[in-house]
Amino acid sequence: MKTDVMVIGAGPAGLSAALAANQGGAGVLLIERESRPGGILKQCIHDGFGIVRYNEKLSGPEYAFCDLEAVKSRNIEILKNTFVLDLKMKDSKFKLLLQNPDKGVFPVTATSLVAATGCRERTSRQVFIHGDRPAGIYSAGTAQNLINIHGYLPGRKCVVLGSGDIGMIMARRLTLEGAEVLGVYEIKSEVSGLTRNLVQCLEDFDIPLYLNSTVTKVHGARRVEGVTVAAVGPDYSPLFGTESYIPCDTLLLSVGLIPENDILEPLGLAMDTSTGGPIVDQQMMTTIPGLFSCGNATHVYDLVDHVSESGATAGSAAAGYCKKDCVQGEIEVKAGDNLLYAVPQRLVPGKDSVVYFRSARTMDNVLLQVEAGEKVLTNKKYIRLRPPEMERLVLEPLPAGLEKVVLSLKEAETDA
Amino acid sequence: MPETLMTCIQCPLSCRLVVDTGSGELVVSGNQCRKGEEYAHDEIINPTRSLTSTVATIFPDFPLLPVRTDGEVPKDKIFEIMDIINSILVEKRLRPGDVVLEKIPGTGTPLIATADMREL
Repeated sequence: MKTDVMVIGAGPAGLSAALAANQGGAGVLLIERESRPGGILKQCIHDGFGIVRYNEKLSGPEYAFCDLEAVKSRNIEILKNTFVLDLKMKDSKFKLLLQNPDKGVFPVTATSLVAATGCRERTSRQVFIHGDRPAGIYSAGTAQNLINIHGYLPGRKCVVLGSGDIGMIMARRLTLEGAEVLGVYEIKSEVSGLTRNLVQCLEDFDIPLYLNSTVTKVHGARRVEGVTVAAVGPDYSPLFGTESYIPCDTLLLSVGLIPENDILEPLGLAMDTSTGGPIVDQQMMTTIPGLFSCGNATHVYDLVDHVSESGATAGSAAAGYCKKDCVQGEIEVKAGDNLLYAVPQRLVPGKDSVVYFRSARTMDNVLLQVEAGEKVLTNKKYIRLRPPEMERLVLEPLPAGLEKVVLSLKEAETDA
Repeated sequence: MPETLMTCIQCPLSCRLVVDTGSGELVVSGNQCRKGEEYAHDEIINPTRSLTSTVATIFPDFPLLPVRTDGEVPKDKIFEIMDIINSILVEKRLRPGDVVLEKIPGTGTPLIATADMREL
């Protein structure tokens, strides 16, 4: 099989990428490892999706449905239950070996490749919890899948570690389905998800939130019987003497998401250690010509609306690449003072660009500056910035010949 | 209660609202749009939420159908409505927007399907 653009992953980013590539005149093949397209949206039955794009609060499945209907109406081929076994480059083309139940193992050659592979949840092994390894420890997303797709309640007395959005949403979901959520424990001094989830998921249901504290030990032989929690110091290490034991049968982890790019590793592309995803330009092209990244595989977004936007950008640029209408971004974007990261990390001059960034800490009355050398390109004021709440900025086309632009955040001087 | 602090949950901006009830009328500040003002009024007078959950189906290949209230329901009725939702069994393959329950008892609000059950 041959295709102009091959898209890996039929979640929101991949669906938008496939649609945009098709609209750009390219032949598109979209592959998905699960039996139903829609990605993680299938199990995100809560609402709040589509506020930016549709000015409506849709549930995850409804949001996915809109994109899927659009993809189907343009007869874009979706191969489901399909896995990538091997990925190589030869003569500037992407050579993939795929496998699915209908076709067995089969090769595909693509001129351009869009990786819309999403992200994974951090596990208990990655947050150093000690003690036993009984049943009853779930990542928040696994619990969400069990409850919302399969109809199983993962436990009756639950402790949630981490105040990420999925953790708070699952605390509410478990409560609604009759489980007791004893508390959400957050090692940092502030909640790591969106403030509105703190209100509508925890405060609405009187679920206690414990900041500056963590789970230090899991107890239980076959099933979780309890956890030890403790307050932490400024360096996040548990404080001696503050431990207490909480009997429970389930521990849920909502301790962060990591972009999933294992499939691309053999290609040797440049990665950004602060996002965990590939370095991309504003067309979402990576450092390998013809290879694009979008959605949560590039960096973990807050809003699916922006995931879709990045997918559409990648898909349309991938179609352009097939017509040799796509150059690689060379201007470096540097996340300077008080920025956690900025994406894209490279820019092509002469084109509009959407830049996403997160502040490194909570800041009030902030001035964002975009500078090239001595020259200030853009200034923007923000009332408040929080690391969990990503900001979107549209940059005017840059002149050719720049080497680097630097984004930095400054707190306004407060009058005494 | 002359002043109440709350966080608007209408969009991810999460505006921090101050509602002044001192003058007998509600005066909202801190909001960046009209939704914030409406939210603050509702929150003081009759707090409502949209509710999402799942209902059981007779189809083994699609055992749970995600649903949501088509509009907001009173916050203090959420657990009653959950009991109703958990007693429903869907026997037809529905699509997003299809009505699961015309009117949730005790409210005027419909319950609608949010997933496409033909998509397997």
